[in-house]
Amino acid sequence: MMNLTLKIWRQKDANDKGQIVDYPISNISPDMSFLEMLDVLNQELIEKGEQPVAFDHDCREGICGTCSLYINGRAHGPQTKITACQLHMRSFKDGDTIYIEPWRAKAFPVIKDLIVDRTAFDRIQQAGGFISVNTSGNTQDANAIPIEKENADKAFDAATCIGCGACVATCKNSSAMLFVSAKVSQFALLPQGQVEATDRVLNMVKQMDEEGFGNCTNTGACEVECPKGISLENIARMNREHIKATLV
Amino acid sequence: MSILDSKIPEGPLADKWTKHKNDINLVNPANKRLIDVIIVGTGLAGGSAAATLAELGYNVKAFCFQDSPRRAHSIAAQGGINAAKNYQGDGDSTYRLFYDTVKGGDYRSREANVYRLAEVSTNIIDQCVAQGVPFAREYGGLLDNRSFGGVLVSRTFYAKGQTGQQLLLGAYAAMNRQIGRGKIKMYTRHEMLDVVIVDGKARGIIARNLVTGEIERHSAHAVVLGTGGYGNAFYLSTYAMGSNVTAAWKAHKRGAFFANPCYTQIHPTCIPVSGDHQSKLTLMSESLRNDGRIWVPKHKKDVEAIRNGSLKPTDLAEEDRDYYLERRYPAFGNLVPRDVASRAAKERCDAGYGVNQTGEAVYLDFASAIERYGKEQAYIKGLDVDDKKVVTDLGKKVVENKYGNLFQMYEKIVDQNPYETPMMIYPAVHYTMGGLWVDYNLMTTVPGLYAIGEANFSDHGANRLGASALMQGLADGYFVLPYTIGDYLSHDIRTGPISTETAEFEEAEKNVRDNINKLINNQGTKSVDHFHKRLGKIMWNKCGMARNEKELKEAIDEIAALREEFYKDVFVPGTENEYNEELAKAGRVADFLELGELFAKDALERNESAGGHFREEYQTEGGEALRVKEYQYVSAWEYKGQPSEAVHHKEPLEYNNIEVKERSYK
Repeated sequence: MMNLTLKIWRQKDANDKGQIVDYPISNISPDMSFLEMLDVLNQELIEKGEQPVAFDHDCREGICGTCSLYINGRAHGPQTKITACQLHMRSFKDGDTIYIEPWRAKAFPVIKDLIVDRTAFDRIQQAGGFISVNTSGNTQDANAIPIEKENADKAFDAATCIGCGACVATCKNSSAMLFVSAKVSQFALLPQGQVEATDRVLNMVKQMDEEGFGNCTNTGACEVECPKGISLENIARMNREHIKATLV
Repeated sequence: MSILDSKIPEGPLADKWTKHKNDINLVNPANKRLIDVIIVGTGLAGGSAAATLAELGYNVKAFCFQDSPRRAHSIAAQGGINAAKNYQGDGDSTYRLFYDTVKGGDYRSREANVYRLAEVSTNIIDQCVAQGVPFAREYGGLLDNRSFGGVLVSRTFYAKGQTGQQLLLGAYAAMNRQIGRGKIKMYTRHEMLDVVIVDGKARGIIARNLVTGEIERHSAHAVVLGTGGYGNAFYLSTYAMGSNVTAAWKAHKRGAFFANPCYTQIHPTCIPVSGDHQSKLTLMSESLRNDGRIWVPKHKKDVEAIRNGSLKPTDLAEEDRDYYLERRYPAFGNLVPRDVASRAAKERCDAGYGVNQTGEAVYLDFASAIERYGKEQAYIKGLDVDDKKVVTDLGKKVVENKYGNLFQMYEKIVDQNPYETPMMIYPAVHYTMGGLWVDYNLMTTVPGLYAIGEANFSDHGANRLGASALMQGLADGYFVLPYTIGDYLSHDIRTGPISTETAEFEEAEKNVRDNINKLINNQGTKSVDHFHKRLGKIMWNKCGMARNEKELKEAIDEIAALREEFYKDVFVPGTENEYNEELAKAGRVADFLELGELFAKDALERNESAGGHFREEYQTEGGEALRVKEYQYVSAWEYKGQPSEAVHHKEPLEYNNIEVKERSYK
């Protein structure tokens, strides 16, 4: 069992200035998940009649992309290739002080405490992250176009992005290039995506810029912190797609 | 005579859907622009329905409680989606998928619905590929398949262990296209808290903005619920933390009958509970049973040795292991349906053979698969097939390619490497086959109120087969509802916009505000989770994998008492005019506390065992589920104020195209 000091960002709402507040917590089992540790804290706060710490979470198995904690200066905490909800307390030791903050980026305003507004990501997808087929089901047979396994696998790897925003949070420029390039790449690697490739990359990049995300300076922190291991290759591919599109 | 009219079309089974589509009314494109549809929930069913209805020209308003429609819990479905494509040439067909699904559901689902599902299954795969869903492929570039429980063919399409994610992102992309065109108005972080009925028809909802706390009125010509299942009544489940029954339950309270609430799927392969702090359980995909073998030690002394750490499972000799599924069900082996596999695990653990400290875990072992694949690869590469290290390394690569993300997930939670030592698994609540009663058109007993996907009861009977949830969600949303809802809406082309300034909206809004005020002003002493956990314990112990009359009666009383205590003693911090997760949770738990009682009541009424509903009094000598002919009906419950007063209606089930027989997987 561990005793810890939590230093948590508390912010009442978007207009509040916000501050770090200290919370001691004890009897934490190493088998608990990080979010279960926060559950314990919140139960204690509720019992004392205080406001629990608001944080985003839902599936708690690393796939929905809802959780978004900056833990000890790292997106999703000290481990790589997992989300905050998959982090377990065995990654910490008795007596540790843990800083917990929200994603910080101009395009992700804080809603409350550790919760941020990531609807900018949705708007980027709405600008072109789709293939314009109707949903009648009357398309050609699924096996009509064979797709090279390597490309299909790469498209899948890009498509595993969970839209959590860790890439933006960790980037010194708050760039969303890894997120946007993952979707652009998925479709660029598939024959079905070719028809609208030009408009897609132009529109998505334009929307990304309008949302206030920063530029990419090839630092690569996004790839390191991405819980799904989305590769930097995707950014290179998007840049190629973008150049191709602007030359046409 | 039942008052439930399932509206199943006349004619031969295989022609019903085609004939129905030809017979129903259509709405012309210009008139669709005059019609509004509300869709609550943006998972596979809600998301695909929203995209399709918007595509057709209706004005869609979509609601989800998550911060983005992409995060609905369909995203967590791992293993795959069934479709009767017969790409493998292994004898699959629409009829066989229909047959497997009805049999898998223990002859408690509607023939016509299931046949339609099997029929449209192939369109789903075509549709998703056209949308750019990156399914797994073979080296020749064609789609790959694998096998799931309860079937003898390979008809499951997949994208590693993230099939639900890829399909949901496909539907999300289709939605985004329509949001971008202004045809879907998306309301995220909104929770539906009541449905509004005007002149007997569903005409809108009351929703709460979860960020500001504002209560909003939204009107439409029809309301569609794609709000998922209610497994979180058990507190611990593989559902997302936010998954809830509230939308469906509010609909129930407004007149929608609730069907077969006791049909719950307990999934055999989940990571076992590790302690009291646990907030959720994690599934290990059924696809793992393609390659994993389930076992416990044959002898108690080895069980003891494993529990106290003096024996490693990998050191236990082959002949001292009990591969109990292969032993009991030689025909299907490790790929028996979920209900059968779960009960078998419970049976071994109850008998004292559980392999962890709590005694509630069995092994899922990949050692033989690693060896088999490794040898195959060694042959292909011309390497020494007798070199154990070479074979093991190659085999691990193959297994990693197939299940890498699942193995990683397991390791992160349990802190053990499943490539080196067998996984420990135990059954957990995963899906609910029960849900709002709907007719063939997916309409509930409230005109204009539809339920799709897991939120309805229609296709899986008493047990759902693996990889069929994704199939049903997308079938309902893409290909069934868009036709059937048109028939209903064709009568609304002259109605004009529905006003929210009416007595009905007023009353519904007041009802919502009263409920919220009651919770927030209650100066109790215990948190919402406190009550939710206690409800979960009652549900799991008395309404779980095995049920009996005595305990179900106890459960009914205990849940009713707990509900009373909840309203007396729950404490909700904060105010109603802000982001307040505890308030949202309190509303959901209040509804679970009502549903839970109806659940137990339904289980008590059903004096038989069928699929996921296992009554200890009704079993064969071999311990298999014993169906009772008189219970060959759907139970649909009508709300009358309290769960104890709910009125029971029956929809008889007829099987004309399939012979009802003992469901054997031996």
